Amino acid sequence: MEKIKLATVWLGGCSGCHMSFLDLDEWLFDLAAAVEVVYSPIADLKHFPERVDVTLIEGAVANEEHLELVHTIRARSRLVVSFGDCAVTGNVTAMRNVIGNSAEAVLDRAYRELPTHNPRIPDEAGIVPPLLERVLPVHAVIPVDVFLPGCPPPAPRIRAVLQALIEGKTPEMIGREMLKFG
Amino acid sequence: MSVVTLTINGQDVSARDDATVLQAAREAGIHIPVLCYLEGLSAVGACRLCLVEVAGVNRLLPACTTRVQEGMEVHTDTPRLQTYRRHIIELLFAERNHVCAVCVANGNCELQSLAIEVGMDHVRYDYVFPSLGMDLTHERFGLDHNRCILCTRCVRACDEIEGAHTLDVLGRGAKARIVTDLNMPWGESPTCTSCGKCAMACPTGAIFKQGSTVAEMVHHPEKLAFLKTARERREWRV
Repeated sequence: MEKIKLATVWLGGCSGCHMSFLDLDEWLFDLAAAVEVVYSPIADLKHFPERVDVTLIEGAVANEEHLELVHTIRARSRLVVSFGDCAVTGNVTAMRNVIGNSAEAVLDRAYRELPTHNPRIPDEAGIVPPLLERVLPVHAVIPVDVFLPGCPPPAPRIRAVLQALIEGKTPEMIGREMLKFG
Repeated sequence: MSVVTLTINGQDVSARDDATVLQAAREAGIHIPVLCYLEGLSAVGACRLCLVEVAGVNRLLPACTTRVQEGMEVHTDTPRLQTYRRHIIELLFAERNHVCAVCVANGNCELQSLAIEVGMDHVRYDYVFPSLGMDLTHERFGLDHNRCILCTRCVRACDEIEGAHTLDVLGRGAKARIVTDLNMPWGESPTCTSCGKCAMACPTGAIFKQGSTVAEMVHHPEKLAFLKTARERREWRV
């Protein structure tokens, strides 16, 4: 049987979801037997590949780089999973949305109002991706097939979702073990 | 007082004729989700989660404020009701800033638990992200408008159980918010007795004990019904 092509992506989040993914411990060997990891922040691959079966997206869509990448991911992935609360709800990443409702107001607050030394907004064109006016959950930008909430999602929850997807089933997102936010 | 019989989800149920559909269902062990309803406080039918279908009535009725009637045929968990309940919960999450991961009530929150119960895996509405403040001027309690769902359980607990009526609602619709006295900082309130019944009543992380951090705030809504019952039975002389 051909291995399932799995990608994991880290957008506007803290990487805690990926940490929780690594908490799968020895089950990662079973996973490695069933999937080929074709893109991930824990693998040194520069470009998001074509024809991916399952992509886990950690983090919210917070800047222009994220925005471009999620469209690429959707076009090249059979199944997209919103992986963790930031992807599903915006979560902590989206807490900046309450500040003035614009990227400029957020940058002002962080880099001009609060610093005691050298207040200045970093603006290295082509290096620092510009912030979007508002942080968005992934499904506000592209269609999402599976929602895997949690901050971070506990390892057994990640395992249950991946196990179902590997077996070609739709994960049953029911009950506290599978659905609790936070 | 007389007894009436009705059916709830096809099950024969008898109840006092002054009981509500919710009370009758609870006595029969039938679960109806609620949020603004709290035993010990008056029922206001605000959150609409307890809406039920009654045969012969072409609109949905809140179980917490609808009296039982002889021969009533009630359904509490139809696909239509399930759909509406999920929409209600999604709207509550979209309306303010409910960030479970950094909330004092994480793990002890009725809104969070109801999201699980109705199967909310994501919110289909656009989040509003309103800019709302917190009132941390009281020495023992804090009020976080970001987490408030305007159920008014705190307002009713303050008025009906404590008799202080420090808390009330200012404004209307989405702009409504809980205020202390005439919209003054809580810490300056001359009427607040610092009893903490509002914190017991709150279903979310909106009212909490000062110093609580993530997932530390445990409310005790059951204590209000306990107090009310004890007073009615004159179990204490104070």
